[in-house]
Amino acid sequence: MSLAEYRGLQAVDGPLVFVDGVRGVGYDEAVEIVGPDGRPRRGRVVLIEEDRAVVQVFAGTAALVPDGSRVRFLGRHLEMALSPSILGRTFDGLGEPRDGCGAVLGGFQSDINGRPINPMARAYPRDFIHTGLSVIDTLMTLIRGQKLPIFSSNGLPHNRLAVQIASQSRITSGDNFAVVFVGIGIRNDDAAYFIEALRDAGKGQPPVVFLNLASDPVIERLAAPRTALTAAEYLAFDLGYHVLVVMTDMTNYCEALRELAVARGEVPSRKGYPGYLYSDLASLYERAGVLRDRPGSLTQLPILTMPNDDITHPIPDLTGFITEGQIVLSREQDAQGAYPPVDIPASLSRLMKDSIGKGYTRDDHPDLAGQLFASYSRVQEIRALAGVVGEDELGATEKSYLRFGDAFERRFLSQGDQEDREIGVSLDLAWELLAILPRTELNRLPSELVRKHLPSKATK
Amino acid sequence: MNRIGRILSVNGPVVRATGLSSFAMREMVEVGELRLLGEVIRLDGNEGVLQLFEETQGLRPGEPVKGLGEPLSVTLGPGLVGAILDGIGRPLGALLEKTGAFMDRGGGLQQLEGDRNWEVFPQVRKGEIVTEGSLLATVKETPLLEHRLLLPPGMEGEILEILPQGHHDGSAVLARLRDGFGRERVLPLIQRWPVRTPRPVRQRLLPEEPLLTGQRVIDGYFPIARGGVAAIPGGFGTGKTVTQHQLAKWSDAKLVVYIGCGERGNEMTQVLEEFPALVDPATGHPLMERTILIANTSNMPVAAREASIYTGLTIAEYFRDMGYDVALMADSTSRWAEALREISGRLEEIPAEEGFPAYLPSRLAEFYERAGRVTTLGGEQGSVTLIGAVSPPGGDFTEPVTRHTKRFIRCFWALERELASARHYPAISWTASYSEYAAEVRPWFESHVDPRWGEVQTELRRILAEDEHVQQVIQLVGEDVLPDEQRLIALVASIIKTGFLQQGAFGPDSYCPPAKTFAIMELIVHFYRRAQALVAKGVPLRLVRETQEVASLYRLREIDGEKLEEFEEIRRRLESRLERIGAERLAGGRDRR
Ligand SMILES: Nc1ncnc2c1ncn2[C@@H]1O[C@H](COP(=O)(O)OP(=O)(O)OP(=O)(O)O)[C@@H](O)[C@H]1O
Ligand SMILES: [Mg+2]
Repeated sequence: MSLAEYRGLQAVDGPLVFVDGVRGVGYDEAVEIVGPDGRPRRGRVVLIEEDRAVVQVFAGTAALVPDGSRVRFLGRHLEMALSPSILGRTFDGLGEPRDGCGAVLGGFQSDINGRPINPMARAYPRDFIHTGLSVIDTLMTLIRGQKLPIFSSNGLPHNRLAVQIASQSRITSGDNFAVVFVGIGIRNDDAAYFIEALRDAGKGQPPVVFLNLASDPVIERLAAPRTALTAAEYLAFDLGYHVLVVMTDMTNYCEALRELAVARGEVPSRKGYPGYLYSDLASLYERAGVLRDRPGSLTQLPILTMPNDDITHPIPDLTGFITEGQIVLSREQDAQGAYPPVDIPASLSRLMKDSIGKGYTRDDHPDLAGQLFASYSRVQEIRALAGVVGEDELGATEKSYLRFGDAFERRFLSQGDQEDREIGVSLDLAWELLAILPRTELNRLPSELVRKHLPSKATK
Repeated sequence: MNRIGRILSVNGPVVRATGLSSFAMREMVEVGELRLLGEVIRLDGNEGVLQLFEETQGLRPGEPVKGLGEPLSVTLGPGLVGAILDGIGRPLGALLEKTGAFMDRGGGLQQLEGDRNWEVFPQVRKGEIVTEGSLLATVKETPLLEHRLLLPPGMEGEILEILPQGHHDGSAVLARLRDGFGRERVLPLIQRWPVRTPRPVRQRLLPEEPLLTGQRVIDGYFPIARGGVAAIPGGFGTGKTVTQHQLAKWSDAKLVVYIGCGERGNEMTQVLEEFPALVDPATGHPLMERTILIANTSNMPVAAREASIYTGLTIAEYFRDMGYDVALMADSTSRWAEALREISGRLEEIPAEEGFPAYLPSRLAEFYERAGRVTTLGGEQGSVTLIGAVSPPGGDFTEPVTRHTKRFIRCFWALERELASARHYPAISWTASYSEYAAEVRPWFESHVDPRWGEVQTELRRILAEDEHVQQVIQLVGEDVLPDEQRLIALVASIIKTGFLQQGAFGPDSYCPPAKTFAIMELIVHFYRRAQALVAKGVPLRLVRETQEVASLYRLREIDGEKLEEFEEIRRRLESRLERIGAERLAGGRDRR
């Protein structure tokens, strides 16, 4: 195909450029713009109106001189070069190597937008991923093929937690486990921390890293997760790896989307975010999954920081509407010194119900998790009450809840960031702690399980 | 006539084109060399606007637009039951075979597979006069469902020829008839119907029977009528989908249409994997044999999302017209409204609230109005019960979609974040929810389950309402200072919440027959009245509360729905315990508390 080249830009407006007099240009086509400085910038067509194309420029339009610029429409969509040699490499948001090791060789090009998975081709995710963290494995179990975000806030240890999950994850016994890390608008030191830690994780393959740093062009953030997921899909569904994709910080992604929407003069919906934020995020998150007749799986662990710690803000809210649960971190737990500072009542893994218990983890797991949630939620109520009437006024049962709550947070919720607990150990610990409560309070547990597992000293 | 237009501009799913002077509003079109499907949504002289049901990547100005001569329509006939279709009615199974795990686009209109064979049993003879809605033939589509092939609305005449009994595929001609004007009409086995046009009925009826759902909080507290309309609003993760799945599994409808509208792919897969293995309590057959799925997952094109609702409704009406009770679940109507908003935004229409177009309420009204209990054209009774999930941003029920939906529904199952966080499932709030059908269906429960249904239910609700006040006091001063009558309210309320309202979707308690629902309600009320009498005589509540018998009330839901005699056993033990407590106390003289 002969690629048309045009000279001069009609207008430049924020991240957008307008090119007039074009012919045969397709919607969403990839574009290359070379300014008089000789630097190529990539873009994509976001609107085509008769002979005018509106192009979104990933690198931004700063210093772009309309007159001397040349524009080439590439006749294809944005693509990423894929081959097994991407393992261990570092790319920018557009999938270009940024590690100085040269182009990806012997590969093929793949459209970064991917294509939707036919629901009939999916297999329902059912395999337990061991993370070694008691609170996650027991109460919000991560499942292979799941999308389970971490809702965090500035200053909370979400990075540490993500690294611990990524490095302790045991998806299968083999070495066909791979991590794809995509940093979206993150600080350089955070990126360095992740890359270092993931490289040391030592299990499976060296991670594939996609970086768009805080200092990198904002609009490129829109491409970064797509490029990364294209690589992840390739590793999972073509090469058969069990891939864990860590994406951080999705809040920066959403802000870039808002910036573009504003530049396009679109009608905003909530808090200035475009009305299609939901669909846009879904086009990323729905790329997780397991396919019926292919090996491998794609699990997503997106991280986002909630603006003003507000879980009803559109970013966490719409994410929660798409993902299969959420792990919420709490400033309060963090202040008490708990790590991981998980807000248990607010957190949930929606896929765990079919993937725990007999044949998956342990037979007592489902009921035990239900009891822990119930008892811990009672702890909150009693703490609130104690705050009003004073602890001394509480009855014996209520007091036992306070003891249980403290012990639970200290010993079960908290653990070291290198500490890797077996699921059996976590479950036994839970039984030991439940023994603090009167047996009559354990009404979510069938009596056979209580007889079998509850430490005898409590069987009054 | 050469009806080919040309693309002028492309903006996401919205395409402007010229050369459309002979095109009709809402006509279906094939666009571009890839033959992407869309429909005309605005006409202005020679120019017009199309919305495309497929991704528009790569589409260029100048590419052709071809009119297909009919509005967006869905193919109706045997083969729908057990199938999963995309938003515009294309079978995903066929697409899977054609394009593999990742969906492709283009290729124009695709019909329901015509290659499957059906055994057709004719029900009319040559020479018979038939009118719209007349039964022409039947097909045993699944063991659970007889597919009735009817004369489509607007047709009548004399049968010239009817398909003989035997196996025929979807391309067969069902009948030929001569209409009133002497013209010969050919009637294919498989029909089409424009999705945005409601199928006509003879008469609309008032709801009177409940749609039984096997969910205690619904059947017992906030019942839905056959042909009724309900909404389930709730923030993320509060249980909309699980509730909808529960209703799809256990409600005693003849057919279930489940629309996954802008939601997760895995939830569709879950139904596909789970339903064939689950057995309908009424018939013992796999649930998939009465289920039709429509899937436009959140990563599929938005215009098809907007259409998916109508596709599902039309299929539901088609089976209603056979004289069946159909239940339709739409998860989530908010995604549909957002699809409207997105298209509207691209059309640069002036938004009303939060970017939604001003016609949102009228579209919602049209949607919910298609539910109802009716006399069909053929004189049968059928119904479409419509249950829509609503996903309010931030869980805020004052947002436009929830607010407008409330105007058109009569049953509101409000999911509450606090309940979900406390793992009280289903998290249906007993204070914010309501059912306007409760009074209408009460006579049915009283004549089919127990004459005391209404009385017991009212008492249970009164206790919970009173408990709201008691809890407020407890929050302030703690429970210990309350008089025993009020503490009894708190105790019974907690039994109601745990033992009755909670119902796990994933264990043996997933389905609760109405007789068991009543048995639990009744026993709790019975206990309340007996305990109240004791407390009134000065027996300390403490003595009653800390008994094994009261603890067992929390577990009534664990009793097998087939073994209701166990309730009698528990009642006897409770009786004798309470009697003993009363006797000992009163014999022991005055209260020594
Ligand atoms: N009746 C129930 N029994 C047991 N668990 C339930 C029940 N209802 C909800 N849950 C739990 O809550 C989780 C979330 O429910 P669900 O997927 O229905 O939420 P939703 O309201 O549809 O959320 P979204 O809007 O994000 O789709 C489930 O995965 C399950 O763990
Ligand atoms: Mg849902």
